Amino acid sequence: MPDSSATAVHEAHNPALLHHFAEPEQQRDAASLGMWVFLATEIMFFGGLFCAYLIYRSWYFGDFGAASKSIDATLGATNTAVLICSSLTVVLAVWAAQTARRTLLIVMLGITMLLGLTFLGIKGIEYKDKFEEHHVPGASFGFENVPIPGHPGQFANPRHAQIFFSLYFIMTGLHALHMIIGLGIFSWLLVMAWKGRFTPEWHTPVEIGGLYWHFVDIVWIYLFPLLYLIDRHP
Amino acid sequence: MPSAILQPAIPQTVERENYLNKEYGVWSWLLTTDHKRIALLYLLSITFFFFIGGFFALLIRLELLTPAGDLVQADTYNKLFTMHGMVMVFFFLIPSIPAVLGNFLVPMMIGAKDLAFPRINLISWYLYIIGGVMMLHCMLTGGVDTGWTFYAPFATNFTNTKIVEAGLAIFVAGFSSILTGLNFVVTIHRMRAPGMTWSRLPLFIWAHYATSIIQLLGTPVIAVTIVMVAAERVLHLGIFDPKLGGDPLLFQHLFWFYSHPAVYIMILPAMGVVTEIIACFSRKRIFGYSFVAFSSIAIAVFGFLVWAHHMFVAGVSVYSALVFSFLSYAVALPSAIKVFNWTATLYKGSIHYDAPMLYAFGFLGLFTIGGLTGLFLAALGIDVHVTDTYFVVAHFHYIMVGGAVMGYLGGMHFWWPKISGRLYPEGWARLAALIVFIGFNLTFFPQFLLGYMGMPRRYYDYSHMPEFQVLNVLSTAGATVLGVGYLLPMIYFLWSMRYGKPASDNPWNAAGLEWKTASPPPTFNFDEEPVVTWEAYNYEELDAPHKEEVPVAR
Repeated sequence: MPDSSATAVHEAHNPALLHHFAEPEQQRDAASLGMWVFLATEIMFFGGLFCAYLIYRSWYFGDFGAASKSIDATLGATNTAVLICSSLTVVLAVWAAQTARRTLLIVMLGITMLLGLTFLGIKGIEYKDKFEEHHVPGASFGFENVPIPGHPGQFANPRHAQIFFSLYFIMTGLHALHMIIGLGIFSWLLVMAWKGRFTPEWHTPVEIGGLYWHFVDIVWIYLFPLLYLIDRHP
Repeated sequence: MPSAILQPAIPQTVERENYLNKEYGVWSWLLTTDHKRIALLYLLSITFFFFIGGFFALLIRLELLTPAGDLVQADTYNKLFTMHGMVMVFFFLIPSIPAVLGNFLVPMMIGAKDLAFPRINLISWYLYIIGGVMMLHCMLTGGVDTGWTFYAPFATNFTNTKIVEAGLAIFVAGFSSILTGLNFVVTIHRMRAPGMTWSRLPLFIWAHYATSIIQLLGTPVIAVTIVMVAAERVLHLGIFDPKLGGDPLLFQHLFWFYSHPAVYIMILPAMGVVTEIIACFSRKRIFGYSFVAFSSIAIAVFGFLVWAHHMFVAGVSVYSALVFSFLSYAVALPSAIKVFNWTATLYKGSIHYDAPMLYAFGFLGLFTIGGLTGLFLAALGIDVHVTDTYFVVAHFHYIMVGGAVMGYLGGMHFWWPKISGRLYPEGWARLAALIVFIGFNLTFFPQFLLGYMGMPRRYYDYSHMPEFQVLNVLSTAGATVLGVGYLLPMIYFLWSMRYGKPASDNPWNAAGLEWKTASPPPTFNFDEEPVVTWEAYNYEELDAPHKEEVPVAR
């Protein structure tokens, strides 16, 4: 729900107050609590998927390892680095808003969006690879004769690998959808920053938009090891 | 027109400006951010879905009037009970009290001008409507036949009905529910009037706070489950398909992780309503305020720990079944705390038998029966005997209809003067309460007996066991009576909007901030920001004649 970040912000030119709040402090607290509560619902949303992942990982331990190995961990690691950098630029953007540095705010929001787009681009390359390798679940899925790591002579069960890839695509797909929504929020923030609407007294949208962005990063921090690293050894 | 004759009933003075007469026109409603107007939008829409769901129920009862399957075909019957369940659960019961009474009352009860996020409140109504339209479209183009639980792998691999569309409708409506809960939590935390401490909150607010927690933490799980079901159905991934290595039980776990707590989304707000009514009509402070408050939170927490009691016969391990059985019994504790505290409030109270109180009494009895039969089902041995029989159907209708709908109707009567500024006809209302109570018991009590004797649920033809017909005839007769009982309030509420006597600001002489403003209230609820200096339910002080004018300070 991208709109929850846009709470209480439409009267941007009159940052003072919406009619039903007693004071700006209350309005800010409400918006920020609203975002935290929304993020709690997001944890439960992804939680259902993590639950499914953990069950099948424990059932089909070796198959998941083999399937995981077929994903390009370098791309995943690059994306992890990209997202962590974007978290830094978000923090700097919030700081810029707090300290009335309009140019820095615009630059940081811009860099964050570029990093977000980079992430999605790399994700696209990854999806393309999977598509070409017939690792997209469905009629053309194939995962024949892939050895299970650490068990010479045993091959992964394609059906169980398909469950891994189903979860891979649903989890990373929903994560990418959240990234796209985040980019939408940040474009709006960029426009508002360009117009000079944010002041040290009122920059709630930057703060709660930033909270959302950090959350999406954190989801990735869990997805990355579970999907890419479960069977990597030095 | 009769209105000319009734003209004297309308006060001679110019009507005060209130949320109803401030603006007119369709757009002043469709684009409103006033929580009271949004509550009325919800009232209209959920009433619409209630009668659709009720129509399906009527057809089900008509089919079961005779043992043979002679009214509809088997497939149609499957669709009837499925659509009855989906409509009633997702489009009536879950939004009922929170989105109508909660929306209207939460800001007023805590002394706020509106919910924290008025626009999100409006968005939540639109999401509900979008989900509702999708559900209607799904119904009109074939519907779903899996039962409202849409268990995998039947729903994902076998049925050829509109699972994906119904799932998306529920997904969208679920976000409406999440946003309502989010708004309530933030509002209750951040928007309370000066002096309105947590321990002075009306228990209606505590109940809604607990409800919101469930909406926030449960609904996303059903949302992601629907995503998986839709993906599984369209792409045959294998997540829930045992042929491909998937686990149908995982679906049941995820489904009931939301859908069991969802029962508490329905019943907790009704408990809040009943608490307000019982305190007012026994003219007493509620007995054991903090126990009633925290039992709501306890129900919300325990509610998340009992889901697998829906799966005792589905093949879960005996040890997990034991644990879930034990935890299910634990829910009885906070529930019993509430019932005993309500009873203790009644004790030596100055009890008035007005219509809202009749519904509250109905709730007390029916919820107790529903709760106690829940213990039968939580017991492993009995559950195996009565699983998928009419015993289960009767049990959850005692909670959802006998409990939640009774609470909803009681609340509608209690706050109708505040909502509409008019009084409903008391005689008719008492009659309707009686009809609902009799009709309800006549419908569902025979189903306990049927179930215990072994009649399975979801059968449209029981010609191989014709001895069940007598009880089924009773049940169908009861459903007809119940239908009349539901139509009556709708008729006299509508009638009262035009012809009812104008209500005073506080017709029940009730405690609570919502009664300290005009009926109907002005758009921002209070002319001056209220400052609270008294405890909740200070009925003894309200009724003490020599203290009438003194604000009670402690």
